[in-house]
This record gives sequence, structure tokens and C-alpha cells, in this order.
Amino acid sequence: MQLQSRHLLGLENVTRDDITLILDTAVSFKRVLERPIPKVPTLRGKTVVNLFFEPSTRTRISFELAEKRLSADSVNFSASSSSLKKGETFKDTARNIESMMIDFVVIRHSSPGAAHYLANNVKASIINAGDGAHEHPTQALLDLMTLRENRESLKGLKVVIVGDIEHSRVARSNIYGLLTMGAEVGVCGPSTLLPREVERLGATIYPHIEDAIAEADVLNILRIQLERQGKGLFPSIREYRNLFGVTRERVERAHKPLTIMHPGPMNRGVEIDSDVADSDASVILQQVTNGVAVRMAILYLLAGGKAMAEGEEHA
Amino acid sequence: MPKLNSDQTVHIEKLLLKGARILDSAHKLDETADILIQKDTIQEISSIPSDTFKGTVLDCAGLVVAPGFCDMHVHLREPGREDKETIETGCAAAAAGGFTAVACMPNTKPPLDNRSLIEFVQERAEYLLTDVHPVAAITKGLKGEELTEMGELAEAGAVAFSDDGRPVFDSDQFRRALEYAGMFNRPIIEHSEELSLAEGGHMNEGFVSTQLGLKGIPPISEDIAVARNVLIAEYVGKPVHIAHVSTAGSVRIIREAKSRGVPVTAETCPHYLIFTDEMVKTFDPNKYKMNPPLRTEADRLALLDGLKDGTIDAIATDHAPHTIDDKDCEFDVAAFGIIGLETSIGSVLSHLVQNGKFKLPKIIELMSVNPRKILGLDPIEIKAGARANLTVFDPKAEWTVDPTQFKSKGRNTPFDGETFTGKAVAVLNKGMVYLGR
Repeated sequence: MQLQSRHLLGLENVTRDDITLILDTAVSFKRVLERPIPKVPTLRGKTVVNLFFEPSTRTRISFELAEKRLSADSVNFSASSSSLKKGETFKDTARNIESMMIDFVVIRHSSPGAAHYLANNVKASIINAGDGAHEHPTQALLDLMTLRENRESLKGLKVVIVGDIEHSRVARSNIYGLLTMGAEVGVCGPSTLLPREVERLGATIYPHIEDAIAEADVLNILRIQLERQGKGLFPSIREYRNLFGVTRERVERAHKPLTIMHPGPMNRGVEIDSDVADSDASVILQQVTNGVAVRMAILYLLAGGKAMAEGEEHA
Repeated sequence: MPKLNSDQTVHIEKLLLKGARILDSAHKLDETADILIQKDTIQEISSIPSDTFKGTVLDCAGLVVAPGFCDMHVHLREPGREDKETIETGCAAAAAGGFTAVACMPNTKPPLDNRSLIEFVQERAEYLLTDVHPVAAITKGLKGEELTEMGELAEAGAVAFSDDGRPVFDSDQFRRALEYAGMFNRPIIEHSEELSLAEGGHMNEGFVSTQLGLKGIPPISEDIAVARNVLIAEYVGKPVHIAHVSTAGSVRIIREAKSRGVPVTAETCPHYLIFTDEMVKTFDPNKYKMNPPLRTEADRLALLDGLKDGTIDAIATDHAPHTIDDKDCEFDVAAFGIIGLETSIGSVLSHLVQNGKFKLPKIIELMSVNPRKILGLDPIEIKAGARANLTVFDPKAEWTVDPTQFKSKGRNTPFDGETFTGKAVAVLNKGMVYLGR
């Protein structure tokens, strides 16, 4: 079995079969990562450009590691911004990449649709590493992988995403991916940070964090952008923490065993307290490990790789 | 008179429009006859045998001859952005699209805020077939601070006032503008947008913007501005024309105001009647990014109802040419606006008439009679002795939109590649005739 698309632009239109294929493949690559020499020649001779128009540390490093573990040649391109800053236009950047005979482009950009634009303009396979507030599919996939490892089944699992849903690509991709896999999704955050008609995406709104914690199996806690306070969206970090902070006290009132996730980087003491982030319920560091495995799986599958048989290992 | 070739403008000596269906909704005219035109004047409307006729004959069997169409909202970009459009290319696009008149917006560089610029526009268009009616700025430099010298501008030929592209934000200023322009019987054309709600947005705010993560422009940003404008027009008793209406809320507010006799008129554009914000899922700003943005299906249906019951008076295009560089880029970086002059008739006939929703006389009202009335232009009559200001179109002809063939410099159209039923065939004005391709 192979993926239906040669790009990974988002999860909105990715089927359950394709998500399952990616997650299954990621499991076998995770085993590769656990070897003494965690490297396979799978993508030898393939070239990947990591095109980052927005600052990113963990996503970029995670992709770079995935590429290196697969023996691909990778180069990084970081630009502070796009044509907005009177530099080279995005179109010219795309054309230049096209001329360099690249196999994959991993793109992070502040504009929703930037990955689609590239997919329409260059021949390489495009992997969206975050386009504005639109999608961040690899993050959602690594979240799904982590949930599969920690919970019996995704089906019927209740996941509540907490924080700034409006500006979050992680939230959107998670909502799409979780619903496709049969999970239930809730969103919890200040009304000013919930996008319009979010419930039409299939998510239930929880105005109070206490109710979310009472009903959830999983909390996926988003980073709150500190610069958003005082812009009319919420009055202060202090009040945000008072109303939506995931504290030990609140978590202890959960009715069921709770899994704690966070895409990072965390604001400890704001959206999440240290004694929650570092508790046994937290799978935050596992998410990071799985990020590399998931990205290896995606690169492998987009290169035309097929599903591995049960027990089969990457040479 | 030289032979009538396609895609050419020639001066009329003696021209016979043979066997045309003459449709003039203002004068309840619907008959099939021959029209004899000499120079710029209609000589005779009757049955004229073409075999003995000495002059040029245009076979109009199956074609409709209507009073010349007027697009009351276009951007010709000259002076200042001649790379996007010039008065000449914009007028060529108007003629090819079946318009004999356009009203051009003042947001040029520099803006049309003084007599010499109004005269410049008129001089540029003097020898062209298309009548170009400049709309002058409400405020100097479109800055929303000081009123322009409206008396002189009106005298120079400004048919209306507008700061289009931006609203007049200050309500007191808007009130004074209406009162002052009213002295010269000129309407204010208002781009109705409450900027504090709209600024920074790139598409309609709603479910689709939630899906796409693009910052939205809420429909209430238009509704609130329309409500304000209507209330001020009512208070001062002077006419306001609402530009490019895109929301169900605006339609409701205008309908209610009209029912109480408020002097308000309104236009909408073909794209708001045909597309919804679902199209933005393509992330193609060249086709689907404009301001106001494409709204929802409920808005689209409300606009059609508004056209039907007379709440909306006119269809204009908001023809907004841009360079490819301004449009072939990230959605939130791209410029707002699409072109419309060369697709207006085709899109309206295909999407409004072909399916039986609207009849041709109503379309002529929306695209010729009413825009001229709102702008205070002379009514067009199709009778012996009247000036020949005519649009000829074929309601049945099929053609496919190919932007590379446009007269406009703009290629930013959502109709690229679409096959229309209904096409502009020819326009006659100022003693000239242009026969399309």
C-alpha cells in the first residue's frame, strides 16, 4: 500500500487508511531510532530542502534528524520572512528551488496556503511544516502516534485541545486527524481565541477548563502566545492562567486517567504547570521522539515507499 | 464608411442594424426591427430592405440591441499605475465587454481630487468610443481629512464622489460630505466598511476562514457601515449610493431604508452573485481575493433576492486590474481585486438569465438604465433622432474566457477558462462602432 498523494499539505483531506499507513510505518522507523546505529540508506541520493520562513527550532531539527537518519542529503534555507519584507518573492524562491533539482521541500511559512502554492508551482514533493494558522500535519500525526502508544484505541477517545485555537495550526490539524481516526474532539479556551463556527469542524466547545478535564481522556495544551495579551483577546497572562491554566489541582479532579500533551515550547506556569508537565501522565517528551519517526515515515512514503510487512525491518 | 471588421472601431457613415430585437426597459420597448444610423444619430427604425441599402449592414438576427451599458464602478489606474491599466486599455476592455460608459474611481496616484486631474481623465478618453465619467474624491488625497472642492469638481464633470478603496471613517465628515455634495446633485458612492472590524482580514470571516486559518473580514464590518451611511443619508436627506454590496445584512438594511423612502441606491458585482467563500479553499488570490470578500451561500441568495425586488439597483464590476506580481503570491500578501469589464455580460447572462432567474429587460435595467440614473447621466432612448448609444449582445452565443485575449492589462479573473452562454457583440457611441471578436 502507498500514499494517495505525493504531497503532505494538511490532514483535512487525508483518509483514515493513509493516516494508519503513516502511523504504522512510523512504528517501524521508531525501532530504527532505537538501534545502536540509528540510520538507514532508504533515501540515499534524495535531496531535501528545509525551507523555513518562520523561526522554528524543534520542528526544523526534527525534520533534519529524520532526513539524516534516512541518509538523504538535506540543506536548510532560513529567511526571516517572505516578500512582505521586500526580499525575494516567494515565487522566485520557489522557482530557484525548482531549478536545483530537489526531491522534497519541507516548508514552514506564516501564510496559510503557502505549501499549496509550492505544490502548484514546483515538481518536488511538498511537506507542510506549518502554514500560518492553517495546518501543521506532521505535528498532528506525531500526536496521533503518541496517543496510539499510550491509549488502547483512538476510536472514542476524548481529546480536548486547550488554548488559542484561533491562531493554531496544531489545533486544526489535530481536529481533522483525530476526527478521521474516530476520536472525539473538544476545544477549550477564551471565547476570543475560538475561531468562528469552530463547532462545525466537529469539535465541542468547553468554556471551562474544569468541565474539559472532567470529561477528557487527553488534554493537548497549546502554547499561549504571550504577545497576544493586552490586544483585546484576553486581558492578562495572569487571568489566562487563572481561567485556563492546567494546574495539578485541576488535573487531580479528573474523573478518568488523563494523558497530558503539549506541542512545545511550553510556558511553564502559564498554560501548564511544571508538576503537570513533568508528571507520569505527561507524554510530552515521547511526542518529541515520535516526531522524528513520523517524519521519517512521511519522507519514506512520499518517496514512493510501500507499507512494511509485519515484523519487517528497514535494512 | 470602411468595412466593419471584427475587433475594430470605425466611424459610422451609414450603418444598418438588421433584424435586431430592440429592448429598452425604461421605455417598455421590445420589438424586432431594423435600425438605421447615420454618424452618431439614429435616423429611422422600421423595416429597411438591406439589398437596396447603401451603407454597411450588421446582421443582427438573434441579437439584442439595448441602450448602452454602463459599468458604474471601475478602476482605470491612470494616472499612476499604468502598468496595471490605462484609460485607453480600460476603455478598450469596456468596449469589448459591451459597455459604452464607465465611471472610474478616484483612487489613482495622485487621486482624482482636483479639476486638472478630472480634465486629464476626460482628455485621455476624448477620442475613445467609451464615455469615461470620473468619480472625484470626497476628501483631499483620499485621506479622510478635508473635503475636496466639490463645486468645481462637479462643474468639471465629476458625476459622483467617493473615497473608494477606503470608507470615510469619521461619521461627521461623512455627514458633511453628503450635505455638501447634495448641493450639486451628486451622490456619494460609499465603500462601506467598518475598518476596526475589517482591518487585517483577507477573506470572509466564517466557517471557511476557520478551516483555512486566514484572518477574516466579518460581514458585520459591512453591515454596520451600511447602516451608518443609510442613517446619515436619511438624516440629511441627501443621496448615498452603496458600492459593491456583498452581505445579506446590507441587503436587509437597504431594503428597510428604501421602504421608508431614504435616498439610498446600491450596486453589487457579478462575483458576489456567482461565487462564495468556498472558492478561497483553492488559495488562489488571482481569482478569489477581493474586498469586500466573497461571502457565504446565504449572502449570495440574499443578493439575488435584493436584485429581484429592487433593493439593489445596479450591477457593476469593481473592475480592479493588477499586475501578475501583485497576484501570483501568498494569499495574505496578494492585492485585493479582480477585473470584470470583459466578463460582466457573459457571466450575468450565463448565471442569471440562462437559468431563467432573471429576464433580459431586468438585466438592462441593472446594467444600463439604473446606473445612468444614479449617476445623473442622460437617459438613452432608442428612437429616430436620438443619439446612437447602444450595446448589441447575443444572448445565446457560447464562448470560453481566455484572459490572454483581454484588452485589459489585468488577467486577474475568476472566470478564466469558463464557458459562457451570452456575449457582447458590438457597441455604438459617439458616432463610432466597435465590433467584437
